[in-house]
Amino acid sequence: MAIIEARDIRKVYGNLEVLHDVDLSVEEGEILGLIGPSGSGKSTLLRILDLIEPPSGGELSVFGTDTVAERSRWLDLRRRMGMLFQRPIVFNASVYDNVAMGLRYRGVSGSDIDRKVKEALDAVGLSRYIKSRATDLSGGEQQRVALSRVLVTDPEILFLDEPTANLDPGSTATIERIVADLNREAGMTVLISTHDLAQGQRLAHRIAVMIEGTVAQAGSPHAVFHEPGSRKIAGFVGVQNIIPGRVVSRQGGLTTVAAKDRRIISATPSPADEVFVVIRGEDISLHRREPGYEEAENLFPARVTAIESMAPFVNVTVDCGCDLVVLMPARRAEALEIHVGMEVWVSLPAKVVHLVPQNGP
Amino acid sequence: MNGNPIVEGFIEAIRLIVSLDPQVVEITIRSLYVSLTATFFAALIALPLGALIYFYEFRGKHAVVSTLQTLYALPTVIVGLVMFLLLSNIGPFGFLRLLYTPGGMIVTQTVLIIPLLMGLTVSALSGIDRDKRYTITALGASRLQTIVTIIVESRFAVMSSVLLGFGRAISEVGTVMIIGGNIRGATRVLTTAIALNTSMANYSVSIALGIILLAVALGVNIALSLVQRR
Repeated sequence: MAIIEARDIRKVYGNLEVLHDVDLSVEEGEILGLIGPSGSGKSTLLRILDLIEPPSGGELSVFGTDTVAERSRWLDLRRRMGMLFQRPIVFNASVYDNVAMGLRYRGVSGSDIDRKVKEALDAVGLSRYIKSRATDLSGGEQQRVALSRVLVTDPEILFLDEPTANLDPGSTATIERIVADLNREAGMTVLISTHDLAQGQRLAHRIAVMIEGTVAQAGSPHAVFHEPGSRKIAGFVGVQNIIPGRVVSRQGGLTTVAAKDRRIISATPSPADEVFVVIRGEDISLHRREPGYEEAENLFPARVTAIESMAPFVNVTVDCGCDLVVLMPARRAEALEIHVGMEVWVSLPAKVVHLVPQNGP
Repeated sequence: MNGNPIVEGFIEAIRLIVSLDPQVVEITIRSLYVSLTATFFAALIALPLGALIYFYEFRGKHAVVSTLQTLYALPTVIVGLVMFLLLSNIGPFGFLRLLYTPGGMIVTQTVLIIPLLMGLTVSALSGIDRDKRYTITALGASRLQTIVTIIVESRFAVMSSVLLGFGRAISEVGTVMIIGGNIRGATRVLTTAIALNTSMANYSVSIALGIILLAVALGVNIALSLVQRR
């Protein structure tokens, strides 16, 4: 059964509607990545699911409890969850007292607090600062204090609101490793919001994309990154090629789309007549001469029109009747001696050509 | 030697302080006693009220806070006048016989700095930002635990507001003049004594008392900056 079940969640601040029609269910033991542009409502949704603030409307059940009907149980439910925020937040007290806060709120005995706090600080490598004033630590260290403060309370659900947005790569790696270990070994359910797409892919079992205050798509990382449900999602997940086109034929499970002067074959059942052709740059192969043997359904001659460095990759734009952007390793582009004006061939299998309706959301 | 009266006054002032002149000592102690006691009672009343205003949502909350901030600049002679009318024989609290007593001065200074302490307490608590409050809630604090945590977290800002209140009390002259009446040996404090001695050309005593008042104010400021650095 789902550990969190949200239906039609809505949140309004004054005249500002921050969330609308949010449907989301979270399974016990999974890591759910919540991705979306800044201001799409990720933080607000996490606070609502963590019962920090009430939704303006909708249904929400957490641990199987209907939270709308049973307001009196919020504190008990909230004490089974924990949340780490984007900005490192520490209180003006010692590191020890900071980490002990959640346990003290729960009335844990002094000797248990002592043992747990020491263990937790060991785990994040901050034992030597146990008596230091928490506000004197660096941002990365403060965030690790904040993480251990949440983890000592053994939350069954852990919420992470862009936890590594302000951190150096080292601290980011530490926090990601701890979260992945906790999920694997303790079966902790994790909801992590991030605008770092790579982090979402690295950590999450399932990804929900938030666009303009609602969950626009939820599914496996592969589905979200390769088969985005709309043009906006495709743009957010970094698809290089989003080309308007018109469906001209459908046969044998393949759809042919005319995009400018080029016909592209897609394995996606056509969702409408007017579509956007969505292709990730890394799914397109570039060849110096016409390949002798090629299984891909799409094989076109083309001319290189632009090369843009994205170290350690390059975006090579080619004109094959329509413009396509090919993402390839810089070293490979060098080996192929790619240059502007060069005549090349591009190939792409029909299954990497995804179609979304133009009139969609 | 017939030197400059200011220079002579200054030298005499130093002598009065160093020799612990009984009159100077007595006035200084009374001044500290009146203002410290007033600050203590004002804090006792204003801090809980300020916290109440901060933690409870009610209609007109914004207006209350604005009013308090306006009262920061309340002229001391106005407070003195109103309290005089209340405490005098023709007023409703005349039976307490507080007029021209240190007790009356304490009550009046308490009234004077309560709005300042309340307003600054609200500001101090508001200094705890939204993310910190979310963190406290997320950590599983009950309503009461949340309030305690926020007050403890803003303790240094609250202490600064108390020090500022004391600074206003010890340095004001309006209410202590009107309510105390500047009676020698009974209600004379640093500020009223300076006013009187200056008008009587008793510069040395004025300067001595002025140096002491400045030292107290400086002490308050040093304590403030120490607190605010935390």
